[in-house]
Order: sequence, then structure tokens, then C-alpha cells
Amino acid sequence: RGGGGAMLAAPLLLLLLLVAAGPGRARRDALREELLLSPLPTGDVAATFQFRTRWDADLQRGAVSHYRLFPKALGRLVAALGVRELHLALTQGFWRTRTWGQPPLQAPAGAELWVWFQPTVTDVDKAWKELSNILSGIFCASLNFIDSTNTVTPTASFKPLGLANGTDHHLLRYAVLPREVVCTENLTPWKKLLPCGSKAGLAVLLKAERLFHSSYHSQAVHIRPVCRDDSCLAVSWELRQTLTVVFDTFASGQGKKDWSLFKMFSRTLTDACPLASQSKVYVDISPKNKEKELLEVTPPPASVHEAVVQGDKKTYAVYDLLSPSLFNTSRSLNVQLKWMRPQDSSELPTPILHAQRYVSGYGLHTGEISTLIYNTHPYRAFPVILLETVPWYLRLYVHTLTIITKGKENKPSYIHYQPAQDRRRPHLLEMLIQLPANSVTKITIQFERALLKWTEYTPDPNHGFYVSSSVLSALVPSVIAMKDVDVEQSPLFTSLFPSSDGSSYFVRLYTEPLLVNLPTPDFSMPYNVICLTCTVVAVCYGSFYNLLTRTFHVEEPSRGGLAKRLANIIRKFRGVPPL
Amino acid sequence: AASAQFQLTVPIAVVFVPGSVPEDLPGPLPFRDVQEMEISVNLRTSTTSRYQTVYRSTTAEEEAALDVATAQEADAALHLLQDAPLGALTVYVLPETSSLLPQGISVYVGKHRSALVRAGGGLAALRVRLRQLTQVMSFTASSIAAALSDRVPDGQLGPDARRHLKSSLGYEITFSLLNPDPKSHAVDWDIEGAVNRYVQPILDKLSLVANFSVDSQILYYAVLGVTPRFDKESSSFLLSAHSLPHVINPVEARLGSSAASLYPVLNFLLYVPERSHSPLYIQDQDGAPVSTNAFHSPRWGGIMIYNVEAPAYAKASLPLDVDVDMVRVMEVFLAQLRLLFGLSREELPPEFLLESPGDEGLADWELDRLLWAHTVENIATVSTTLTSLAQLLDKIGNIVIKDDVASEVYQAVASAQSAMAQLATGNLLSAFQASKEAVTSSERAFFDPSLLHLLYFPDDQKFAIYIPLFLPMAVPILLSLAKIVREARQRTKEPTKLD
Repeated sequence: RGGGGAMLAAPLLLLLLLVAAGPGRARRDALREELLLSPLPTGDVAATFQFRTRWDADLQRGAVSHYRLFPKALGRLVAALGVRELHLALTQGFWRTRTWGQPPLQAPAGAELWVWFQPTVTDVDKAWKELSNILSGIFCASLNFIDSTNTVTPTASFKPLGLANGTDHHLLRYAVLPREVVCTENLTPWKKLLPCGSKAGLAVLLKAERLFHSSYHSQAVHIRPVCRDDSCLAVSWELRQTLTVVFDTFASGQGKKDWSLFKMFSRTLTDACPLASQSKVYVDISPKNKEKELLEVTPPPASVHEAVVQGDKKTYAVYDLLSPSLFNTSRSLNVQLKWMRPQDSSELPTPILHAQRYVSGYGLHTGEISTLIYNTHPYRAFPVILLETVPWYLRLYVHTLTIITKGKENKPSYIHYQPAQDRRRPHLLEMLIQLPANSVTKITIQFERALLKWTEYTPDPNHGFYVSSSVLSALVPSVIAMKDVDVEQSPLFTSLFPSSDGSSYFVRLYTEPLLVNLPTPDFSMPYNVICLTCTVVAVCYGSFYNLLTRTFHVEEPSRGGLAKRLANIIRKFRGVPPL
Repeated sequence: AASAQFQLTVPIAVVFVPGSVPEDLPGPLPFRDVQEMEISVNLRTSTTSRYQTVYRSTTAEEEAALDVATAQEADAALHLLQDAPLGALTVYVLPETSSLLPQGISVYVGKHRSALVRAGGGLAALRVRLRQLTQVMSFTASSIAAALSDRVPDGQLGPDARRHLKSSLGYEITFSLLNPDPKSHAVDWDIEGAVNRYVQPILDKLSLVANFSVDSQILYYAVLGVTPRFDKESSSFLLSAHSLPHVINPVEARLGSSAASLYPVLNFLLYVPERSHSPLYIQDQDGAPVSTNAFHSPRWGGIMIYNVEAPAYAKASLPLDVDVDMVRVMEVFLAQLRLLFGLSREELPPEFLLESPGDEGLADWELDRLLWAHTVENIATVSTTLTSLAQLLDKIGNIVIKDDVASEVYQAVASAQSAMAQLATGNLLSAFQASKEAVTSSERAFFDPSLLHLLYFPDDQKFAIYIPLFLPMAVPILLSLAKIVREARQRTKEPTKLD
């Protein structure tokens, strides 16, 4: 009964807040901020920040140019270039799906950008080029290296996440820069887009020296049009800034898996962003092994949220930073988690879908890319879309493509292959593969390494060339039935991907990026040759010159050189007559 | 810089109302007259202004239009009769006893391209009046010098010259509301309405000059770079004039300007000081508070400080709702906008009366002033750009000029020449348009990616590669040179020994 009372109180509080905000502030835009802390099976802790700015205005009309919470730089970009949906992720490290489980949001190592343009855009390639250049300026990232050699137009893997009339994939562009290194200079402009900056609210925890001292760091910006209300007659624009970071608390905490906000971020929370209409911290306290009292969170949460997330029943402790009672007892909030007894990490739960990829072969002529996709669901088969983007300098032999499941060949039900053109565009391979229950599917394809022109080598070519992660998109069947959720009410971490029916959930996975060695010439060779031949020429010249210019004449025998004098001194000591 | 001789021709029509014709006219009406004036900018750049004057008497319609009670009405009625091109002026000379002009006023400048002058003192006095009038309504030596400020030696320019914005094909105007303390102030402004009401009319008028885009944003937790000083006497905080230059930099980083365009940005910031620092006032050099509580930064924009009234704190709970009085704010911002475009009204003799531009925000002759200055500046810019391009080509001998770059250069030269020719004939509008085309073409040629000088292998580095050849070859040559010197010295010594 008490729970019901709390449920009733929540909307009342919201109403009160609205009334307090006054009639002039019945606003066109709203900000929600959220932090999700989830202990991972290996003992690491994942922290996912989400900041969602909703703007009830139509950016595309052009006339709108007065910004309040929505950042002007991005708003102008969307309006000027006819962007319908924009997803940019900058990631350092690799999310280990097998041991860490399914991520709420995953991104490939490096920089990933995918954009849907409006149907009104006539020259999509030009807009794409311009967009990547501007984004590169805004986020201080090397996105300007996105060109036709690493851009593809996937046909099936990437569907619009927001409102969309049609899905004409000619309006889609997708590019990954696996070489991109993400660091503080990318975080600062990202933080600047937040209305409160890093001055108040959850963003005070975003301290660069802690965030980059981690196993995985991924920051993203998602812009998409969403329905303004249930009737969906008008469009609102949503900007979602997400940041996921994984801390290795096990290693840094002397073998203990206990953690606290202060230990991870060296800060605690003191207030909510005054502009936010919602500011919450969720802590995943789902019992792992049916034993409930395994972990303990302090301070005790005011409420508990239960939800089915990615096919799993989860329990979250919720701290509402806007509720006045939270900061009554202490001035700051430092969420702590203690494990009651050491957890045996021997049996890690394996996620239903995970994948790995590697490159094999020897020598510098040919090689083979192998991808292993695991379906650990005990009885359900499901299809998965695999997207491979391979640079042109690895020439794929498509006839060697084999897909083997349980020892038998597995024929893909849909295949889209776009061959590469040298120095123009990469290979694009998209396949829809059925994964039988409890199986491993191995996909192999052979390639030949091309010779590059000497100017085309990157700095440090012996490090190797990156091949971007392949993308797996699947509707994974859920064991537990899920309810449809209201986007405005449910936590942000559940609402980026549109949920379909209750029996399955959407998962997008990225495999490891590959590092391939290409035949690399000795770049100093031309200079060595120049030096060697020049020396030979100079020596020849020198002796000729000597011969031509020297005058020869007979010289009187002198008193002798140093050697003779030394010899005479020795002879004197020995008492032998000098030479 | 390259030399340039500008000739600016202003067509003027002087219309005599019956009873105002001076006695000492050289001939019967109508007659023509040309006067020239030299403005020297530097050794190689000079400007000649030609005032091409036509003297005539009024037509019947004009007489009817002037037969009204006030100068304003006459101005409006005369505007309907004229279709004077841009840059042309019409001056109506009224009889000395005319009641159209108020007492003590002898020159009235209307909203459009005409002026009313009270007669008196013969032709010479009229000519002096005309000269003053053309300096108000078209250009002065200093406005032309400001437009050519790149060529003027330092120190010869007035403080105003570097305040004006450079001529550009477009401008972006950004209004930003800075709220450093959103916990205590929930500031709201009706910027959309204010822009439509006050700024848009001016920009519509200026659309001939350049493209304008207007936007606004609200920035939270954006603080000024300096901590204001507390003044016990007035229990307020003070920003002194000498600390103002340090105010802008930390704010600028948050403004997020011009990611999507290359046009210069004009920033107008409205700063609501945090609760612990209010009220905040700006002090001028003498220590007196600035009445507008605002300042401007040349070629950048303006900042205004908007204090929240102190008594409001007492009664309300935080955050305090603040609704910005946009009339007060826009008055300041518009004045700063005019200042940045060089449209501020100068000090005039007391007998001059300038009509306020009213709803349109800008008089026609003010637009002309801007066009004169911008045309001259554009032509000077084109000449500088093309000169730099030529210098680059001189520096790198093997640079490749593509056909499209070459045609842009020819186009730029042709447009610049045509702009000069149009200026000399007094066609301001077509001169300005030609100068704009010339700027576009010359910039396109100059910034063509194929002309990046880093693309070309410098000659001195070619020499460095062959150092392994030159160095060993130089050793025997240098040794034998040394030997020759030694021998020569010995030979000169030997004869002295013999003696």
C-alpha cells in the first residue's frame, strides 16, 4: 500500500513543480538527465550518463533560430544541411560483450557516424562531406577524414531510430574511423553542449582524468525527430548525449568489488541541474543468483524501479536528485555499493548473442577474415544482419565466402554486396543469416592485400591498417515478456531503440576492429640510394680532382715523422744506435 | 599594396523653389556644374570625388508637394515624385522666409534621398551648404579613409575607423542571453518578437548590402572573465572600463559561433549578473557609471548588463522569474548595431535637422553612405587579394594555375574595373554589385585548394637532399682553395725575406 502512495505522490510532485515554474514557463523544451550504474559480472562497473534535450519545434522549417536548451551549433547544423537523424559516437576501448554482457549502448572503437538526410536534400554526398567537416570542427575529432573510401550506404542494418516516413536508404550514410583516438579534447566540446555544462547536475562527475582512466569510454550524440505527444501530430527534436564508461574497480580496489561514486569519479553529487525536469541516478541491484542479500547500497534508495531490460528482469535503486528529501540528511550524494560476500566469478552468464572476429593467414599476400557469431539461446533460432565494411586495399574474394553452422553450410536469406573500387569506395557486405538455437556460426572470406602508392601509407605504416568493426543487428527473442513502455515516463536507458513487440528486443553489436599488415616498402630506401650513389660519385670526383690539381715533386728526406722519432727514443733507451 | 585611383561621382539635383533663386547665378536655369575634391589616402591610393550638380527650378508637382505645413509631410510627398537612383541626391532650395522649416533650422534631411535648404547669402553660401550636405548624406574623407583602412598608415586613423565591420557578403547576428546563475534567476526573453519588431526592418533595408541571418541562444553558467569590485557607498558591484577587455574571452568560448558558415559574426550579449554580484554597473574612465550599462567591442559586438531589481529578491522564492524588458535592451543593441556598421549619426552644426528613420530603422541616404564605403572597400580588398595571389605565384615558380582559377581572376579584374567605371559615372547600385562579384571571384580564386603552397616541394629542400653529394665534393675543393691561399701568402712573404 505504501508503494501505491509513493506512486500517487510522484505525479503530484510533478504537478507542483510545474505550478511552481509558473505559466510563462510552460516550455517548448525540456531536459532530463540520468545516470545508470551497473555492476558488470566481472567486477567492473559501467556508468552510463544520458542527457536528453527535447525541443518542441520543427527545426526543418528554417525560420526557427532561437535556441534555449538545445545547443545552437547542432541546431544550425541540422537545419542547414537537411539532417533527419544524426548519430555520432566516439569510443576508446572495446566493449567485451562476452564478459560484460549486453551494453545499453555500444559503439565501435574509434569514431562512428551515421546520418539520415531529409528527402529534400538533392546532393547527399556533398551534404555528408560538409556535415562531417563541421562535426569534426565541433567535436575536435578527425571526422574530416571521412570520404568516399570509408563511407557506405547500408541497405538493411541501420534503420531510422526516430520518426520517419520512408526508409529510402540512399539518404543514409555510414562511416567508421577505427583509428581515431578519443581523449579530453573530444570530451570538452561534448560537455559544452549540455545546458548546465559541467557546472551542475550529473555532469559534475564528468572529470576527464577519471573518465579516461578506464577500460572503456564511449561518448555519443544522437539527434532524431520524435513524436511530441501520443497523438503524434507534431514533431519534436530530441538530442540525446550519452556517455558510457567502464571502471575496473576490481583491480583498483585491491581485489574488492565495492565501489562508490567518489572512488570512481573523485566527486560526489550535490544538486541537480536547475534546468532539468528530471534528474535521477539508477543503480542496478538485480539479484544475480536468486540470493537477494548479496549486495548493499548506501544511502538506502527512496524507491526501487523494476523493469525488463534486454530480456532480463532488472531491479534498480532510484535516487531522484530533484526530490528535496535526498539532500536533507547529508549535503552530497555518494552512492556506495558493498558486496556482502565475495562473489564467485567462475560462472559468468553468457549473453544470448555475441560475436568475435579475427584475421588469419600468413605472409603478406593473402589472408582470411573470420567472424564467429554465437547464439546461446537454448531453444530459439533468430536471424541477424551482419554488415562488413572492408577497405579497398583488402581485395575480397567473394567466391570464398563460406558460412558454416554446426558443420553444415548456412545459406544467407539476403545478401547485398557492393564491390570496392580502388581509391573510391570500400567493400560493403550485408547478409541476413539465420542463427539456429545454441550454435556457433563461422563466416570466412579470403582477401588479397593490395599495394598502395607511397603517399597513401599512413604515418607509422608498420603498425598496420585498421579494418572497422562489423555490425550485428538482431531482434533477440526475450525469455520474459516485455511491456510496452511510455518513452516520456520510462528511464532514458531503455528508450533509445524503438521496442517492437513484447517477445523480442533489439540488439546492435560491434565486433573487434581488425589490424592488418600491408606490404610496406622501406621508406628510407630512396634516400639511402641517394646517399650511397652520392658518396661513390663524390669519392671518384675527389680522387680525380686530386690527380688533376696536385703537383708532384721529389721531396728531400726529412728528419722523419712521429713514428721514427718514437722509435729513436726507444732505441736510445735500449742503447741501440738511432735510425 | 597596389595603387588605386578612385573616382566617386555623386549626382546632385538642386531645385529652386520660386523666390529662392540667388542673384549671382552664372547663367539661366537649368544649368550644369561639376566640382571636384581630392582625398588622398596614401601615396599610391587617392580618391577624387566629383559632385555633378544640375540646377533647375521646380516642376508644378513639386511645388504642390512643397505646399504643405511641415517638412515631414513635404519629405513624404516629394518621395512619391522622385525615383532617384541610389547615391543621387535632390536638394530643394526654399525661400528664406519659408515656414516649412522650423525656426533656427536651415537644413532638413529627410528619410529618403532629398533635403530641404533655406536660401540666403547667394550661390557661394549655397555651395558651402551643399558640401556639408553631401558629406552628411553620401561620404566624407574620413568615411572613405576608414573603408580603405588597410592602406592607411597607422596613427593617421581616428578611433572610429577600426570600429566598423569589414565589408562582407553576409553577416550573422547572434543574440545571447547569459545567465550565470540559473538557480536564482529563471530569465526569459521574448527575443523572437523583439527581433521581428526592431531588428528585422533594418535588416530588410540592409538586405541589399549583404545577407543577414539572426539567431539567439541562452547560455547558462556563462560567467564574465573578471570579478567585479564591490563598492560600499552604493552597495553595488562595479566593472571598471579598463577591465572590460578581459570580459569577453571566457564567454567567447561558449558562444559556439559560425560552425556552418564563413560570414563574420556579430555578437550581442545580454548578461544577467549572478545574485551574489548584483547589481552590477559599468564604470567609465572617469569613474562615473555608464548610463546604458553596456559597452561594445569593435568588429565583435556588444555586451549589456541587465540587473534584476533588488526588492524582487525579498518576496519571491528562488529561482526568481525574470522577464527581460526587450525595449530597453533592443534600444542599446540597435545603437550598437548602427555603430558597428558605421551608421552612427555624427555631430552636426545646430542648424541641421535630421529626420529620424522611424519604423524602417534606416534612412535611404544612410544606406547610400554604407554602399559608398563598402564599394570602395570591396574594390580595395579585391586589389589586395589579387596582389597577394600574384606574390604567391612569384614565390613559387612551378605552381599550376587551373583554368577555372584563371577565369575567376579575369572575372574579378573585369568586375573590379567595371565597379570603378560605374563609380565614376555615379551608378552606385551597379558599382556595388560589380564590386561584390569581384570580391566573390577573387576570394574563390585565392582560396582554391589547388593553390596551397604546401603542395609544392620547396627548392631549398631539394638542395638538402643532395647534401651527401655536395658535401664530400666540396671537401677537396675547399682544401685546395686553402692550399692556394697558403701558397699565395708564402709567396708574398718570401720576397721580404730576401731583402
